[in-house]
Amino acid sequence: MEQVLFRHNHPDRMVSLEEYRLEGGFEAWAKAVRAMSPDEVQQAVIDSGLRGRGGAGFPTGKKWSFVPRDLPGPRYLICNCDEMEPGTYKDRVLLEKNPYLLVEGMALAAYALQVNHAFIFIRRGYEQAAHNLRQAIDEARRAGLLGSNILAGGFSLELDLHQSAGRYICGEETALMNALEGLRANPRAKPPFPAIKGLWGQPTVVNNVETLANIPAIIERGPAWWKGLAAIPEAAGTKLFCISGHVQKTECIELPLGITLGEIIDGPCGGMRPGSSFKACIPGGASTPYFTSDHWQVAMDFDAVAKAGSRLGTGGIVVFDQNTCMVGATLNLIRFFARESCGWCTPCREGLPFVQHILERIEDGLGRPEDIDILREHVQRLNYAFCALAPGAMGPVEGLLRLFGDELDEHIAKGKCPFKGSRSH
Amino acid sequence: MIPEPLKTELQSSIAHAVTRREAAVGVMKRLQSHYGWMTDEAVTEAAELLGLSPLQVEELATFYEMIYRRPVGPKVIHVCDSISCWSMGGETLLQQLEHHLEISAGGTTGDGAVTLLPCSCLGNCGNAPAIMIGEQLHGPITVQQALDLVGRR
Ligand SMILES: Cc1cc2nc3c(=O)[nH]c(=O)nc-3n(C[C@H](O)[C@H](O)[C@H](O)COP(=O)(O)O)c2cc1C
Ligand code: SF4
Ligand code: FES
Repeated sequence: MEQVLFRHNHPDRMVSLEEYRLEGGFEAWAKAVRAMSPDEVQQAVIDSGLRGRGGAGFPTGKKWSFVPRDLPGPRYLICNCDEMEPGTYKDRVLLEKNPYLLVEGMALAAYALQVNHAFIFIRRGYEQAAHNLRQAIDEARRAGLLGSNILAGGFSLELDLHQSAGRYICGEETALMNALEGLRANPRAKPPFPAIKGLWGQPTVVNNVETLANIPAIIERGPAWWKGLAAIPEAAGTKLFCISGHVQKTECIELPLGITLGEIIDGPCGGMRPGSSFKACIPGGASTPYFTSDHWQVAMDFDAVAKAGSRLGTGGIVVFDQNTCMVGATLNLIRFFARESCGWCTPCREGLPFVQHILERIEDGLGRPEDIDILREHVQRLNYAFCALAPGAMGPVEGLLRLFGDELDEHIAKGKCPFKGSRSH
Repeated sequence: MIPEPLKTELQSSIAHAVTRREAAVGVMKRLQSHYGWMTDEAVTEAAELLGLSPLQVEELATFYEMIYRRPVGPKVIHVCDSISCWSMGGETLLQQLEHHLEISAGGTTGDGAVTLLPCSCLGNCGNAPAIMIGEQLHGPITVQQALDLVGRR
């Protein structure tokens, strides 16, 4: 299968700048700076159909087109490498293997947007990725691919790395801008949208690592070629899927968008582990409603997954076998979100611990039939929170109610978790 | 008091930033690695360097998972308790570590050497159960391997 993002990867180490360039790296950048206008770069990205890989799937070229070209003062590009959505580790793997791809992608995006100062916001704990990036930025600068008057084309770009100290909310784009400015990382009200008023009040674009890393291939090989990499005509490009849970191979793999869930699990994942059979999975990171074997044939693309009642999200697939208690899984997820709530607004700050408490009660065998209605009501209520964290948190709860109502009822009727002791570890 | 070379290093990182505040997280992390944790003294020093009030630094220090406002041992074991690790036995791993280190999660061993902290997803979900010791990711890991890594076997 055609690889774009992992094309230059070595199994055991990061690719070198020399190797990357020998295999065509930075050719797109040279071509753009010398022979393309910023609008042409943006148009290619629009034509490619590239949609954001950070979770929401917003069309990238369209997002760029919201940035006014005529406002005075600087504008900024931020690469979002906060990656704290449980089940997601693609940006880390990408940067550990090939940081040049992100540097080149950011250079192209900055050129299209006429940004001269861009930031990479990277989460805590990604020390190797940060190290690789620092090296890549230094080397690119020395090779004249970053800095001032790049490749004598008159364009200048500085890239700065900001290492965070760990909070999931920092990945939300407006909270991220506060974090970068050294403010407490609560989200900002929208509008104004970042494209108009973002970092330090200036027009700003925030894009995910994987999103930006796709841009060199779009410019180098053309939008039509890139789009055609997908498995179905409605989709565009490839996607990094991060696999974890009860399958044989739990790796980050690049696959065509639109491949079915079943093809992923039976193919590159090598099927389930011995003694395990498939019960359910999280299809796109911790905030996405579950899929079951009924969803085996769903094409893993933004629209198809949404139509099937979930979200493609980050592409983090967590697979559960027959011994997994879905109430327990949902409780684990809600605990994460309740802990990571930034505390800014009441529905989320108070609501998530309350939902956690109800699920704990059910899991401990103290659930009451009316708890189901309380949970259902909160799936609705938490939509009124200030940012997308709280509605996202309720995604798995919604899935639990819709797909595993029997399991909830059984916990309540029996007064205990029917799965206790069913797993050896 | 922080040594002069460290002060100079921090001042130059602040000078490079667009605004002084932008450097706040970096400054806190650097001071934390100097003191071992984010002491009251470090909060005051960060405030002075950044041109903020100590309260403004406190507001940031208490927000981030990796800024420790209480003493921790020189070795901190972070045990991921998020979903992929949960599915692969992360809860058991944490309990076993509590048992062997004779502390409960959040605590530090009697000799002050090792601190055990549950934490959110480490971005190492394919290698579950995952832990981080200092700034190094590990996984999949057994309790024995984890104890070896902190010299506790
Ligand atoms: C609570 C929360 C956490 C988020 N975390 C991340 C993250 O870690 N990385 C990321 O790229 N996007 C994250 N997002 C989405 C960003 O707000 C934003 O949509 C994204 O970075 C845009 O990039 P894209 O258009 O390339 O997808 C998060 C959103 C929310 C609500
Ligand atoms: S929904 Fe939660 S994370 Fe978002 S602003 Fe409200 S409290 Fe903060
Ligand atoms: S869930 Fe444990 S590392 Fe991601």
